[in-house]
Amino acid sequence: MKTLPLQPSPRSLVAGAGGWRGPGRVGMALLALAVLLALYPAYGATLFPAQHDFIMEKLVTMMILAIFAMSLDLLVGVGGMVSLGHAAFFGLGGYALALTAPEYEAASVWLTLPAALGISAAAALVIGALSIRTSGIYFIMITLAFGQMFFYVFNDSSFAGGSDGTYIYFRPTAELFGVQVVDLESPLTFFYVVFGAMLGTYALLRVLLASPFGRVLRGIGINPQRVRGVGYNPDAYRLVAFVIGAMLAGLAGFLSASQYGFVNPSMLSWHHSGTVLVMVILGGLGTLHGAILGAFALELLHVIIEPLTEHWLLVLGGLIILMVLVLPRGLAGLLEGLNRLGRRRETGGGADDDD
Amino acid sequence: MYRFKTVMKRRTAVKATLAFGLGLAAAGALPSASSAAEQVKVGLMLPYSGTYAALGEAITNGFALALEESGGALAGRDIEIVRLDDESDPGKAVSNANRLIKGENVDLLVGTVHSGVAMGMVKAARDSNTLMIIPNAGAGPATGAMCAPNIFRTSFTNWQPAYPMGDVAYDRGYRNVVTMTWKYGAGEEAVGGFKEAFTKRGGNIVKEIYVPFPNVEWQAELTEIASLKPDAVFVFFAGGGAVKFVKDYAAAGLKDSVPLLGSGFLTDGTLHAQGDAAEGVLTTLHYSEELDTPQNTAFQAAYQQKFGKAADVYAVQGYDAAKLFEVGLAAVDGDISRRDEMIEAMRAAKLDSPRGEISFSKAQNVVQDIYLREVRNGKNAVVGVAAEALADPAPGCRM
Amino acid sequence: MDPTFFLIQVLNGLQYGLLLFLIASGLTLIFGIMGVINLAHGAFYMVGAWLVWWFAGQFDSFLLGMLAALVLAAALGWVIERTLITVLYEREHLDQVVLTYGLILVLNELQRILFGTDVQGVPVPEQVQGSLRLTENLTYPVYRLMLAGICLLVAVAMYLVIQRTRLGMWIRASAANREVAATLGINVRSLNALVFAAGTALAAFAGMIAAPISSVYPGMGDSIIVISFVVVVIGGIGSVKGAFLGALAIGLADTFGRVLLPEFSSFLVYALMAAVLLWRPTGLFARA
Repeated sequence: MKTLPLQPSPRSLVAGAGGWRGPGRVGMALLALAVLLALYPAYGATLFPAQHDFIMEKLVTMMILAIFAMSLDLLVGVGGMVSLGHAAFFGLGGYALALTAPEYEAASVWLTLPAALGISAAAALVIGALSIRTSGIYFIMITLAFGQMFFYVFNDSSFAGGSDGTYIYFRPTAELFGVQVVDLESPLTFFYVVFGAMLGTYALLRVLLASPFGRVLRGIGINPQRVRGVGYNPDAYRLVAFVIGAMLAGLAGFLSASQYGFVNPSMLSWHHSGTVLVMVILGGLGTLHGAILGAFALELLHVIIEPLTEHWLLVLGGLIILMVLVLPRGLAGLLEGLNRLGRRRETGGGADDDD
Repeated sequence: MYRFKTVMKRRTAVKATLAFGLGLAAAGALPSASSAAEQVKVGLMLPYSGTYAALGEAITNGFALALEESGGALAGRDIEIVRLDDESDPGKAVSNANRLIKGENVDLLVGTVHSGVAMGMVKAARDSNTLMIIPNAGAGPATGAMCAPNIFRTSFTNWQPAYPMGDVAYDRGYRNVVTMTWKYGAGEEAVGGFKEAFTKRGGNIVKEIYVPFPNVEWQAELTEIASLKPDAVFVFFAGGGAVKFVKDYAAAGLKDSVPLLGSGFLTDGTLHAQGDAAEGVLTTLHYSEELDTPQNTAFQAAYQQKFGKAADVYAVQGYDAAKLFEVGLAAVDGDISRRDEMIEAMRAAKLDSPRGEISFSKAQNVVQDIYLREVRNGKNAVVGVAAEALADPAPGCRM
Repeated sequence: MDPTFFLIQVLNGLQYGLLLFLIASGLTLIFGIMGVINLAHGAFYMVGAWLVWWFAGQFDSFLLGMLAALVLAAALGWVIERTLITVLYEREHLDQVVLTYGLILVLNELQRILFGTDVQGVPVPEQVQGSLRLTENLTYPVYRLMLAGICLLVAVAMYLVIQRTRLGMWIRASAANREVAATLGINVRSLNALVFAAGTALAAFAGMIAAPISSVYPGMGDSIIVISFVVVVIGGIGSVKGAFLGALAIGLADTFGRVLLPEFSSFLVYALMAAVLLWRPTGLFARA
């Protein structure tokens, strides 16, 4: 019986992605959840007639947060870079849309989306170059400080509404040769666009992690010295990962700004960075699907608990502390553990031979 | 009969029950002919927690008082009120407004105090064509560039109470003035109003100082003011920041050498905490509790009796929001499906408000007198009328 | 700028910087000695301010209120170290960040439950309410001068304790190498609890003496923690001397930034940090 590796390989934790073993129990469960989510617009109106629009909106929010959480998972869970300033890129993506969109007409996705990704990437390149030279606690503090710097850029200056924030009155349009490809103003279309973006982000990161680049990055996350020893330059790999993570966070911010038609500095605040970090850890580090689970779980909890108490943050804070104490491997770890337990029972024990 | 219901927050629900227990008891005695399904649903999206909680409460009280005065129903229609705490968080504004619009299907959306949140509500109301009345937030664009037939405001624009102070300052012989405010929309719009009137007359703005919102540490800026030696200082601050600014200004010794002028929120609801430091401060606003008119006296008495405290400017704005809605409902005999006629009547409304007579501009913002007030013995004494029937110019409104 | 006003602004900057030092010194000590990154340090600043507001009101005396608040804050620090922080010594920085972040939310919300959400003022103690005339139209509150003096006193006292006492020797030994310190017979467990309680009390004390000039409001620790991190990063993590110089530099940069470059004032301190990091990636006085 082999012991569980400290840093699980993607293959071991993401059933289905490995291909050779088939989806597996956890993979089937996740797939079922994804199908349930994808089909929601079809059955939601029948199930919750009065609340349907509201639930649609919340689900879109959750999917956007899932993209955001996955982008941070790449840094924290895979590359071992604990960033407390990741919300800065989320906010930059949103503000990029607000600032490039004309006031009284809809902006084009083909113009604003590259702008959002480009601005996030450029900012990440600068912040990354300055902070990646450090590690551990310095990296945490520096990313926190730089994140807050961007917060103040938008909070204190007047070019984007200052602390009040600013509105984007029309969702961007997606036209090809003058023909509208998708109508983002339609809630249904927007739902599927965001759903697609979430799956796309997942697939992209999965492919990235399976590539040689991903393997080196994972190695850096575990032991940068060893990776350096075998001739790779960890800083270069970390910087590339930092920029990719920032661009995906920018994508999430762009979608969020499109959804609510509103950006304000709290998108960039360090509390937002803290919350998304909690989502990643709640879901389970370095697993990608854990980040999705974490985002959905935390938001769901929020929607359920908020009506019951004025002190949702007390509950959240308590849960976070409890999570660190008793659930260090997150929901994905819990799922995997349950799966292991189940399989052991079936085969009479000693069958946790994942690797 | 009207019914209060609170979404989301248990404690506010309890508070609502307490605050309106009397009202419910009174209303319960009336014959209730119509069922809940026929009620008109009004969503109050206001701050019920945080810095602005007292303002949210006052607006709600004012609204409730107006309902009660007309027997709990407006134009024969029972009113159901749904309350939602907006937490003064602009980040949640659109999603919270949609919670009322889409989740509760309200017929009228009323809110809010914070300008940023109000603009989010305006966006949601425009997107869904929901009738909306703003009972406080002074953000210019709500009845400016973003004006729409379904959006009314019974309070003020930030420009409105500040503009007349420019004339007052010039008439008092001040020529060089420093302005100071938080760096956010409300502050910039108020300073803009003051500056417009003051420089038009030939006054000179020596320096415009902005501090980050909601920063309340301004020792460096007060030192700067002392070194500039202006004739007067014009500021826009509200709530806790206003209390602290007035006290710090006095502690820095500036009060005796450089007169302090402000938009009325500087000394509204804050005088008790400011104490002697506020004596002599001049402000302009569309209301003062000290207004000596029969309407105001009656309103103050009724409010005092129902809620056990004096009504402030926010209560008046909430009261007028309900009165304006009543005009609309009355014009269509309570048939809210006749929306266009309703809006037409509301646009033409003339209300005998506790603050004096008010009407509505083309952009559907309130047109009102602005009073000049001076702090005397801990009260905002009315010195005169700084501007009569002042309408916001509503730049950018294409209506 | 008029030289008199220049000097007054220097005074403003130093006064703010000294206050920052009080907060940052606890943060840097806790990291230096215990190896724990404590995001909740700013929350203790908030706790101190609210406690002094409440106790001063109860006792009708700022000084008595402060004493009571100080004892309670130190006790709170002790309990939190024994129950939660102690788990973190063997954990990664990530777990420390997340757990102390949860602690912020809990403390912020407890404050709201206990004391409400209004902004509160704490009156300046009567004995030091006056102002000194500095120029023909500007006076300077005595309390602000006193505040700067108290911060300086604490800095000197801290220096003496760390450099000249047995406790200080333990602290220095423990900061240099925890394992070795343990073999030397130092009770690391108790030392950790003591340092954490002292750090908590320092942050809370800063909140208390700042309360009369900054007002007391919910979430007031959330912005102070970030600027404290900037101070610690500039000074070098774990260095008290670095925290002192870093705090003064930030205080002056912030004050002059607000007067000379108001558009970029908040931005300026971060630019300063970036510049220091380009020059010395681990701060001015990082331990090897």
